[in-house]
Amino acid sequence: MIKAILIFNNHGKPRLSKFYEHYSEDTEQQIIRETFHLVSKRDENVCNFLEGGMLIGGSDYKLIYRHYATLYFVFCVDSSESELGILDLIQVFVETLDKCFENVCELDLIFHVDKVHNILAEMVMGGMVLETNMNEIISQVDAQNKMEKSETFIFQSTRQDR
Amino acid sequence: MSPSVPLQEMIRAIRSARTQCEERGVIQRECAAIRAQFRQSDNGGRSHNLAKLLYVHMLGYPAHFGQMECVRMIASPRYSEKRVGYLGAMMLLDEKQDASLLITNSIKNDLIHSNQYVQSLALCTLACMGSAEMCRDLAPEIDRLLRASSSYIKKKAALCAVHVVRKVPDLGELFAPAARSLLSEKNHGVLHGAVVLITKLSSCPHSPLLLFVLCLPQAVPDLIQIMKGLVVSGYSPEHDVAGISDPFLQVRILRLLRILGRNNEASSDAMNDLLAQVATNTDSTKTVGNAVLYETVLTVLDIKSESGLRVLAVNILGRFLLNSDRNIRYIAMTSLQKIVGTDHNAVQRHRGTIVDCLKDQDASVKRRALDLSLALVSASNIRSMMKELLLFLSSCPPDLRSQAASGIFNAAERYAPSQRWHIDTILHVLTTAGDDVRDETVPNLIQLITNASELHCYTVHKLYQALVVDISQQPLVQVACWCIGEYGDLLLRGECQETEPVQVSKDDVLDALETVLQSHMSSPATRGFALTATMKLSTRITDNVDRIRSIVSIYGSCLDVELQQRAVEYNALFKKYDHMRYAMLEQLWVIFLQVCDLLDLLGGSDQILQPSPVVGGTANTASTAGGDLLDLLGGLEPVPIAPAPTVQVYEKHGVTLTMSCDKQSDSGLTVTLTASNATDSDMSSFTLQAAVPKVCHAIRHVSASCQRLCFTVTPPPACRFSSPRVSSYA
Repeated sequence: MIKAILIFNNHGKPRLSKFYEHYSEDTEQQIIRETFHLVSKRDENVCNFLEGGMLIGGSDYKLIYRHYATLYFVFCVDSSESELGILDLIQVFVETLDKCFENVCELDLIFHVDKVHNILAEMVMGGMVLETNMNEIISQVDAQNKMEKSETFIFQSTRQDR
Repeated sequence: MSPSVPLQEMIRAIRSARTQCEERGVIQRECAAIRAQFRQSDNGGRSHNLAKLLYVHMLGYPAHFGQMECVRMIASPRYSEKRVGYLGAMMLLDEKQDASLLITNSIKNDLIHSNQYVQSLALCTLACMGSAEMCRDLAPEIDRLLRASSSYIKKKAALCAVHVVRKVPDLGELFAPAARSLLSEKNHGVLHGAVVLITKLSSCPHSPLLLFVLCLPQAVPDLIQIMKGLVVSGYSPEHDVAGISDPFLQVRILRLLRILGRNNEASSDAMNDLLAQVATNTDSTKTVGNAVLYETVLTVLDIKSESGLRVLAVNILGRFLLNSDRNIRYIAMTSLQKIVGTDHNAVQRHRGTIVDCLKDQDASVKRRALDLSLALVSASNIRSMMKELLLFLSSCPPDLRSQAASGIFNAAERYAPSQRWHIDTILHVLTTAGDDVRDETVPNLIQLITNASELHCYTVHKLYQALVVDISQQPLVQVACWCIGEYGDLLLRGECQETEPVQVSKDDVLDALETVLQSHMSSPATRGFALTATMKLSTRITDNVDRIRSIVSIYGSCLDVELQQRAVEYNALFKKYDHMRYAMLEQLWVIFLQVCDLLDLLGGSDQILQPSPVVGGTANTASTAGGDLLDLLGGLEPVPIAPAPTVQVYEKHGVTLTMSCDKQSDSGLTVTLTASNATDSDMSSFTLQAAVPKVCHAIRHVSASCQRLCFTVTPPPACRFSSPRVSSYA
């Protein structure tokens, strides 16, 4: 099970934080800070697995992370997930974001947090991996966005009618 | 598209704040505006406000006032509002909040909505934060959705069911039939969900109904079929990741096969072919291929596979170990750790590579290498491994030190080739990583030193030299003080066969102990050790007793209560009980007790057993439950250098009892009690009682061969006791 998915930049500012188990707000912020501390100390060419975070769950949990330009993508998982599989999942996630946003960069994530959440919701649900096929994910997200757009359009046109 | 524009403006405003204080100000203004807008009943921009609130929440500011707004938005008919509302529910609500109960009804309505995206929103939220009651309420709905026509909904329902089962394991029975039938789907997403659900169900408490419906052993051929399809099929563009067809699904299926084959011979046999095929055909140049191979290896090693397959698996792990990618090496070591207990010899073959990984720069790899190296230590490789481990200890990162130190101690204890090597190793660890060792190390080491009687001289010299150099490492200082106290005479004698002789004067030794006593780096326990050692030296060295007396009396007014008590008692020993001083501070005998008993003994280590008078008797009866008998059988025996002398233990009213100890074999000690009657008359009703502590095993006792102690000239027949030597691992 995936416990949490965190995206933060090189200075530790959170860009996305999704927890699949409940923690209080203070604990969530503490987890983000602690994860940033652990991950930012790592060299470039060391392995992508980290153990030893105290807050998020103790000995069973690992942090699997990838560093892309200015962003760290960190998945906190327990022993029931395959480590190499999660590494690939991060790769698929980033590629999906790239397709949806066209050459995604940090600013896209900053200004469209809700979109990123929607994409993530199509990939991971309740801490379990849902879908890993990039095209499938993108088609579903597009369909949902189209639905929203059509609603707004109807709403706006009814307002103008008044 | 999404309610972005006002959100983006706010984000821009927050980002342009130059200081933390400014940012807080901006956010407070925004929150106030949002709160005001929540209070208004209807406005077009409700979703914008909630989105802003969620952004603020992510940055760490309080957002609980948005909870009721989430509930309202979820109930709204508009999709955009529902979407943000559900997102807010996942981020702000949890089972402990009352508001979460309010959304149960909305979720129920949305689960039967005509639009599949609304259904999926509801499923997603339930899977993320559904409480046990909500899950119980909504479980029938989810079961219905498991049989829906849309594969999009089916896969989401499957994962939602996993969450439900996690919260309420009894509901597993409800989902079992649907889960089983999902295995025949074609859509990979649904298959994936089905495999995950079945994996979860197989770890539920098993009711007979569940087992019957799941029919797990028969699921195995189905799963094998699916796997074969994935492995053998040609290139399928939609599921392809770097040349492997849907590796995520393959990994999941392999994991489920592992669970099914674990204690099941028949299933394991059925899987052998498939696993061999996957292991040989998978391309291992990319990470994806390695992920599948890794999972295959774990499965092979966990089920009852045939030996050829196991060898193949361990070889694959060996190849992983030599891979240049650190990730691969890390997971190879993780999996070797799991099998080091069962396939020890196979892992030993790769010992060299693992020990090299100890020198890797990566902290994660080092940690894994340490665990594995400690597991691989055996009697044959202890010397070389210990060299590497000690080298590692001197340069390892601080968070691994205590683990390394305790691992080294365990290994040394189990496989030490000689006592001197053992003591050297422990000394080395104490000087390098002294502050990170466990608390029991000090008593363990003291027991070890006491038992190695030939090495007392060597040990005390080494410890003294270490003490003079550095008094900051507390365990080392404690052991050194204790040793100097016990064997100070050996230290002062100056000659030692094992090390170079160093002239140490009495003043030097007392100086060292005084430095420890006065140093601010010494903990109270260490000071206690030093004070006791100083006191013991008063019997080991004949002059300079005045200096010792003055040191001890100073501490009679120390602020630390423990030290003060000790000092006052020692002072009393000097003043009023000087005749007992030598007996009390005598050298400790060789100890054979277990560690927990040892701690008790050390509590009174400076009090040696005193010969207590025998329970008195009249001239007619003499019971011999001598206190000394007790003490001797308590496992303490005299230092086994020469045959112990015969000791007269009782002489009263004409009855004389003498005891002599005789070591007949390595595991047995014979104590002979001779009773003689020096009076003119006969003694009758001579009974012998022996009380022995629990540590003595299997005492064979030959009872007194006569009930009457007759007046004879010849020595009467003696009573023999046999007691085995109690080993330190009894």
